[in-house]
Amino acid sequence: MEFSYDNEQIALREAVGGLLTRAYGGDQRRAVVAADPGFDEKTWARLAEMGVLGLPFAESDGGMGAGPIEVSIVAEELGRVLAPEPFVESVVLAGGLVAAVGTAAQRGEVLGPLTEGTSVLAFAHAEPGSRWSAAAGAVRATADGNSWTLTGVKEPVPHGARADLLVVSAVAGGATRLFLVRGDATGLERTGYRTHDGGRAAKVAFDGTPAELLGEGDADRSGEIELALARARIAYSHEAIGAMEAALAMTAEYLKTRKQFGVTLNKFQALTFRAADMYVSLELARSTVLWATLVADAGDDVVTAADRARLQSSRAGRHIGKEAIQLHGGIGMTAEYKIGHYTSRLTAIDHQLGDGDWALSRLAAGVADHPTVDPLS
Amino acid sequence: MRLHLSPEDQAFRKEMRTFFTTQVPQSIRDRVASRRELSKEQIVEAQRVLNAAGLAVPHWPVEWGGRGWTPLQRHIWHEEMMAACVPPPLAFNASMVGPVIAAFGNQEQKERFLPPTANLDIWWCQGFSEPDAGSDLASLRTTAVRDGDTYVVNGQKTWTTLAQHADWIFCLVRTDPTADKRQRGISFLLFPMDTPGVTLRPIELIDGGHEVNEVFFEDVVVPAENLVGEENRGWDYAKFLLGNERVGVAPVAMIKRLLASAKEHASEVTDGGVPVGQDPLMAARIAELENEVLALELTAIRVVANSADGKPHPASSVLKLRGTELQQAATELLVDIAGPLSLASFAGAGSEVPDWARVATPSYLNYRKASIYGGSNEVQRTIIAGSILGL
Repeated sequence: MEFSYDNEQIALREAVGGLLTRAYGGDQRRAVVAADPGFDEKTWARLAEMGVLGLPFAESDGGMGAGPIEVSIVAEELGRVLAPEPFVESVVLAGGLVAAVGTAAQRGEVLGPLTEGTSVLAFAHAEPGSRWSAAAGAVRATADGNSWTLTGVKEPVPHGARADLLVVSAVAGGATRLFLVRGDATGLERTGYRTHDGGRAAKVAFDGTPAELLGEGDADRSGEIELALARARIAYSHEAIGAMEAALAMTAEYLKTRKQFGVTLNKFQALTFRAADMYVSLELARSTVLWATLVADAGDDVVTAADRARLQSSRAGRHIGKEAIQLHGGIGMTAEYKIGHYTSRLTAIDHQLGDGDWALSRLAAGVADHPTVDPLS
Repeated sequence: MRLHLSPEDQAFRKEMRTFFTTQVPQSIRDRVASRRELSKEQIVEAQRVLNAAGLAVPHWPVEWGGRGWTPLQRHIWHEEMMAACVPPPLAFNASMVGPVIAAFGNQEQKERFLPPTANLDIWWCQGFSEPDAGSDLASLRTTAVRDGDTYVVNGQKTWTTLAQHADWIFCLVRTDPTADKRQRGISFLLFPMDTPGVTLRPIELIDGGHEVNEVFFEDVVVPAENLVGEENRGWDYAKFLLGNERVGVAPVAMIKRLLASAKEHASEVTDGGVPVGQDPLMAARIAELENEVLALELTAIRVVANSADGKPHPASSVLKLRGTELQQAATELLVDIAGPLSLASFAGAGSEVPDWARVATPSYLNYRKASIYGGSNEVQRTIIAGSILGL
């Protein structure tokens, strides 16, 4: 077992970190998230130029042929500066589904432009009233010969209003299937709004909307959706690690400079011990999340590994997010100061694809199946 | 970045597992598995089996029995040993005084002490803590006054673990009460426990056991040749000793063993006819603890892998802090699964309460010590805040 990055991976981290620090190292983020589409199209284009948007896709599909480790490096750098670009949503999740399920022609048509930064994808899967299921719920797909139409509502769909192309889950013949819907399709109504963390989501309503079946055959796709969600959960967990690391560093810095009662706050053991506990949470979560990426890289049980990463990073994210505000005091409550945005983003990540209790419930269901967990096997 | 062990390390792991599960007497391993105290003879026998195979002191310099393994191999050695319920080599010998003598002792001391220390022909105890010097070890008051070729030692040590078995003690003593910094006037002395003037008083603990002692010194005469290193430099050697070990800082394999037995017993004990383990709250508690232990194990591997420079990794404090917390959580879990059975702690042979349930509460109470010894968890938080976060 080996936890260190190779030289190429270190170079990727430095390149992406450099780009994102230039884009968001100062106060730029507030202005960017204030205006639609909620991220910076220029930064998106620069990520594309760097090859970042094609990292997980095969070269034959127009991608870069890298893997989960490279994806995790990018996600952590995004989290560190709270970059709002939809890398996990568009590339890892929606793109990942096209790569897993699409025909060769679809992969080429969709993943090439995604890699080049000319087409933003979104995965329209969540439905009002249900949580974190791999199966589609009430959106129905109807076939008429070889053509399909969709009817129903998906919400909230991350970046659903901006997306050029939607990957949509829908029920047909009792099975969950996947479809591609163009952003300019007829009968498609999209109502976008801000999310609390500065991101964007949308209500996406389908009313006899023309759709293209993703992949071939009439197999149920919830298994592939579960796998793609697992990979995205791991990537989100890395984004959370980057955010937690930055939030802890900002908090430690604040404790060293803010004065009350005539001394800096780091003279108060009640505060420094709490910062120490934040570090413990961060490092334990980091270990689990790194391991989950290695499991994905090795092609082992990625679903369980993602649940483990989600549980540990959810607990850590809540702990660090809440303590970061408390240790800052009143200034942590202000929109002008950065720290609260970290807490908001960590909260959003926690609820996007499954929170800690949800992951724990799945792990608890299988806890009697094995005497121990052996990460060295 | 790689998930799996290299083929060499996989083979190494298999070799360790085979040795520990076939060459160490089953009766000793069963005793460890039952969480009952081992006799002195069992501990000595186990260490001699390991030492004969070169597995007692693999981290020592190669000329004194070390193996020159990679940090990951040492981690695997330790985890396989613990997983197989093999009692680890006596820490006072293998992890404490041995490495200090090897690093700071003179050639004569090395030749005299290291081989019998590795083989547990000498059983060492640790004379560090005093009634007024716990976490604040540098405030220790036991004195050693130079008198010709000898030192005369007066004072008291406490929490001296298994001193009732010990042949020798390694002791921090104050040799210069006038030093400008109190850390400067401390020396590292070795002497036999049967030296005239050494007396022992057992301390009974809340679990009913006798594990630690008070040790009193009254005009104990120690030959000056038993000083390790330089006079008044003992604090440096003590710091080396306490920061020396990175492998096995977190008792991962032991916690995993406890958790595996907790799962087993949770399927046996029933609540209204339903196994306790099927209660969703209990299943979630076990699953969460298991995930935290995985996080701890992975962190231990990260720390071990980054220890090539020979300096303590600051995240070692995370391992001590979280390792003891999870160890305590696992012992608490077993008490809770036992429920009312846990009251039968001192039941005799006729009792129908299974042994694991009888030992559950004494063990839980005993392991409250884990967050206190070896640098209390509050000391670890101070280290994390200071050396890692710069606070």
